[in-house]
Amino acid sequence: MTTKLFGEKVPRVEDQRFLRGKGRYVDDVLAGHDVLHAAVLRSPHAHARIVDIDVSGVLDVEGVHLVWTHDDLGGPLAPQMAEPLPLLIPHPQLTHGRTQYALAKDEVNHVGEAIAFVVADDRYLAEDAAGRIKVSYEFLPPVVGLEAARAADHLVHEDVPGNVAARLEQENGDARAAIASAPHTLSLDLTVERSASTPLEGRGTVARWDPDTGRLTVWSSTQTSTGVRAAVAAKLGLDLAQVDVVTPDVGGGFGVKINHPWPEELLVPLAARTLGRPVKFTEDRREHFVSAAHERGQLHHVEVGYDDEGRILGLDVRFWHDNGAYTPYGLIVPIITSTQLLGPYKPGAYRVVFESLYTNTVMVTPYRGAGRPQGCYVMERTMDAIAAALGKDRTEVRAANFIQPDEFPYDHGLVFQDGRELEYDSGDYPASLDKLKALVGWDDFAAFREKMAREGRRVGIGLACYVEGTGVGPYEGAHVHIETSGKVKVATGLTTQGQGHATVFAQITADALGVPFDHVEVVTGDTRRMPYAVGTFASRAAVMSGSAVHLAALRAREKVLRIAADALEASEEDLEIADGVVSVRGTDATIDLGTVAVLSNPLRYAFDEASKAATQFTVGDPGKPPVAEDDEPGLEGRDFYSPERSTFASGMHAVIVETDPDTAEIRILKYAVVHDCGRLINPMIVEGQIHGGVAQGVGGALLERMAYDESGQLVNASFMDFLMPYVTEVPEHIDIDHLETPSPLNPLGIKGAGEAGVIPSAAVFASAIEDAEAPYHDGLVVTAMPISPSELFALRQSHPAPAAKPRRSRAARKSTSGRSRTSSKETS
Amino acid sequence: MGEDVQEVRLTVNGVVHDLRVPARRLLSDSLRHDLGLTGTHVGCEHGVCGACTVLVDGRPVRSCLMFAVSAVDSEITTVEGLTERDGSPEGRLGPVQQGFADCHGLQCGFCTPGFLTTITAGLRDNPDPTEDEAREMIAGNLCRCTGYANIVASVLRAAQIASERA
Repeated sequence: MTTKLFGEKVPRVEDQRFLRGKGRYVDDVLAGHDVLHAAVLRSPHAHARIVDIDVSGVLDVEGVHLVWTHDDLGGPLAPQMAEPLPLLIPHPQLTHGRTQYALAKDEVNHVGEAIAFVVADDRYLAEDAAGRIKVSYEFLPPVVGLEAARAADHLVHEDVPGNVAARLEQENGDARAAIASAPHTLSLDLTVERSASTPLEGRGTVARWDPDTGRLTVWSSTQTSTGVRAAVAAKLGLDLAQVDVVTPDVGGGFGVKINHPWPEELLVPLAARTLGRPVKFTEDRREHFVSAAHERGQLHHVEVGYDDEGRILGLDVRFWHDNGAYTPYGLIVPIITSTQLLGPYKPGAYRVVFESLYTNTVMVTPYRGAGRPQGCYVMERTMDAIAAALGKDRTEVRAANFIQPDEFPYDHGLVFQDGRELEYDSGDYPASLDKLKALVGWDDFAAFREKMAREGRRVGIGLACYVEGTGVGPYEGAHVHIETSGKVKVATGLTTQGQGHATVFAQITADALGVPFDHVEVVTGDTRRMPYAVGTFASRAAVMSGSAVHLAALRAREKVLRIAADALEASEEDLEIADGVVSVRGTDATIDLGTVAVLSNPLRYAFDEASKAATQFTVGDPGKPPVAEDDEPGLEGRDFYSPERSTFASGMHAVIVETDPDTAEIRILKYAVVHDCGRLINPMIVEGQIHGGVAQGVGGALLERMAYDESGQLVNASFMDFLMPYVTEVPEHIDIDHLETPSPLNPLGIKGAGEAGVIPSAAVFASAIEDAEAPYHDGLVVTAMPISPSELFALRQSHPAPAAKPRRSRAARKSTSGRSRTSSKETS
Repeated sequence: MGEDVQEVRLTVNGVVHDLRVPARRLLSDSLRHDLGLTGTHVGCEHGVCGACTVLVDGRPVRSCLMFAVSAVDSEITTVEGLTERDGSPEGRLGPVQQGFADCHGLQCGFCTPGFLTTITAGLRDNPDPTEDEAREMIAGNLCRCTGYANIVASVLRAAQIASERA
């Protein structure tokens, strides 16, 4: 039997290509060939009417081939191009959804919005030419930040009252009544600022129109090739069959590349068709900051009622979500926040209401975690507040609220982001907490704190728990083809941006088929190879395509066994496949998969030694058709996986931080992760995902923010000013422990792992920093993330040190809670 | 092209190329788009991310901050030049490349070439770094995927491989 590869740390097959400089990213496509380059003129203003655009003189620049503004779009070739871009995910509550035009029509709504499109011999010339375009604006007052959006003194879109794109309410039980009758209540106001995916490779698109065949090939750095294909076909007035979209290697996505079609994803193909020459657009870094998408910005108000044990009886959350200037991705982010906020807990009753608000800033679409980091932060801050108010250990309060292992499947009575019920499939939260406490040394921390305090050092510990709905539908598919060489070609339609899909899907295929790992080659994101697919987001690739690949490989295996049984004159039950060879158990009779592939395809013509064996005078029963009525030629398997609902991964993080008593610098001393993503296909890759997620989380919690000024300028739109973590900012080591509660929803028991590492970061750092500071500053609570040393310093200034000796225990803090409001009632 | 064009001779990975480029053309663009050496990646074009790092006379340089015309008379090494000849068509991975393969030091691979060149130079200066020195060696390069832990491990592994091969 072939060694099982599922669960092994199999080295990645894609690394050879990447390490040799042979990766093929979108800007590498047609490099060195006769390709034209595009540049985009973008709005320098956050909110303005476009009075006039003067492009005269642009085409006089030598080497310039094309300049377009909105007026040039919508011709007979592609009338749809003049219409707004699609609203990808409509929702009944998204009553005022708005999307941008490929090139701005009459009005711009954020700095960076595309106004004109230029194609030239190279990017330098294209930018020179774009610089010659003169735009006259009539300025409108910009709406920047959630407070301005809520105040609605000015409107982003004049036909959207109150700047409210959507208002959505969900409730399970009567939360307000439960809070009113609870023994204790408290309230919290919490904010999270904007950050962004910020992959090292920005967006990019290359297109080539083939006039001989009337077909278009588009390469795009996207998280959904099939989505881009459908959008390009619809917008350019082409049949789907005329458009191929290939996603080459992608230099990171983290969510931002799931939105589509970007203006350039349509303009580049249209220009290629118009000019009859290949055209390329490669986004530069500043463009990525101001014309891609951001996330995270939310403002929450929490009311909670709880009992003496800290059990939540009623939870009422209102929040305001900054969706930026447009809503192409619907309400996905705030819906996820509103549902995944619940984490591993079961409040007695829960109500959540959110408003999704327009601002004159870059639009908001999912970034790794997709609304979950905010939800987790709000829930975990609430848990910490309850623990502080009751003088209880923070882990005890959490444990008192956990859904128990025997309560699965657990239905929260809410609707999740996929329109399905929010029902958790499996998990074991008490076991996770035990592992986490052991891993971080929770129970020993008090002694450590005392020891450090004696040295004049401040340390704090925090924890945070999350549940993550992963593997959302509707489906993914896979195609497995065994060639006559015995090599196995696998195609699945979703895309890859560094997750090692070529490795893990080959592991699954090799196991299911019984073939050597290095005989398997996996292709993702190529609509020519698998035209039915959804995309890579919501930690869904392993769950969805992993399951589909497994099912498709089993289909191919069935056919292998059927043909081999015939050839070997044996019963299928007596056959086994190992190392690419089918054998009859207990005999010497064997046939290799390549030969089975030859036999599967009756031939008229021989072209090599192998195919001679399948020609018409060699094989087949002259009394039967060469291909049976219910069969088809070829040794292939194709199948799709479409689950009823998402599968719910979970995890818990803990961190020990040290805060400098003078400078308020925040150092990470220890970081621990307990992670449950069901069965692990490749633990090396899963741990890599966790490392990366934690690093992004550190960035989001301590460093990264989108600094808009009041006029809507993003003042830190460069890597000099937007602080992404270098190695010097991340934990030196991350201690990881896995728990594996398999999902009952898919054949391999997998749950998603991609986003997990980033979800609890804001929560866990807020908890730890507050824990470090609280003994020294009465009532200091962390309610705004990210937090910088200067913000922590300011918090200290506003919460002077107590006159007495610093308190050192959590219990001592209960009487000094600085939350906005806490109250306890007599329990009779 | 109406631009003033310069004739330059670039020596990249031991191969001499004569080309005509505008004076303002960045070395990164010349390597990628004129010579087709697309292993060098451009992540920010302002010298912060380090993805475009190449070795110029052995020293790590951000090729997005250097003009192609400034690189004449220099020996340039890109990621494509880090592979060692061993008679096979593809060549053998160099110690730093092999270290990354052994330690899962890369995910999407976009920043990787800049790390590989930077570390190649770093290990030449300090062939036996401590973990802290390994961290220092890569502290000027951004990676958004890995969280760096496995890159630090890759540096240490590369040092080991290099000493084994020496």
